[in-house]
Amino acid sequence: MTTYDDERIGELLRVLPPAPEGWVRAAQELPAARRSLDEIVARAEADLAFRQALVADLESALQLEGYEPDRRVVDELKRRFSES
Amino acid sequence: MSQLSTLSDAELVQRCREGNTDAWNELVERFSRYVYAVCTRGYRLSEEDADDVFQEVFTRVFTHLDTLRNDAALRPWIAQLTRRLCLDSITKRGREQATEEPMAEELAADLAEIDEAFTVREALATLSDTCQEMLDRFFARDQSYRTISDELDLPSGTVASRIARCLSKLRTELEGRNEGPRGSRG
Repeated sequence: MTTYDDERIGELLRVLPPAPEGWVRAAQELPAARRSLDEIVARAEADLAFRQALVADLESALQLEGYEPDRRVVDELKRRFSES
Repeated sequence: MSQLSTLSDAELVQRCREGNTDAWNELVERFSRYVYAVCTRGYRLSEEDADDVFQEVFTRVFTHLDTLRNDAALRPWIAQLTRRLCLDSITKRGREQATEEPMAEELAADLAEIDEAFTVREALATLSDTCQEMLDRFFARDQSYRTISDELDLPSGTVASRIARCLSKLRTELEGRNEGPRGSRG
């Protein structure tokens, strides 16, 4: 059985400081990023001109169409387009 | 204390699967310190590599949540995933660039301590919001009595007495957990 005194509890609380806020926020925004990704892919499949613009210059095409060029979305799109 | 913070891991997973964004936010909040500590304190990754692993862990959790066979096993799953991705990161960087790759024994001790610390945080999560904030500010965020006193507009003596009282409550909670199985978040 583990016993705890105040000093040990304090030590253990210090072991887990908060992760950087930006990291946590980015992880929490994953569902929105995923929705955005799915929407872009669906549109690219249905709209040849949009798809060609994405392949030519992904970041610019996304910005032009009003999408926030999130790094993970961009990386995933590059991966998907390189596979297709 | 939000309603979601009192849910068990299994209940939280269930809500995430239903597309509940608040539940996902709570899941990230619940495990963010743990993943961060394993990356930086355990495997001593650089901030840049730790950030990559941190995001990759939660991306995989989000993507593969449906494949988790036992919802209550969220914590060991995240632990295993984080460790594997940290090792991948070290391998990718190459031995010469890894920041002080820890020795196996030291690593095992650090990871065990991080696990124990997570258990303490689970116990902390059952206390009042006031206690959670006091102990988190003083210990985890390393804030002084004076900073806490200024930010919360409380006399320093009150801050000190609240920290002492909350520590005592936390110790009682931990001792209660030691005495036998009981309902917890995990």
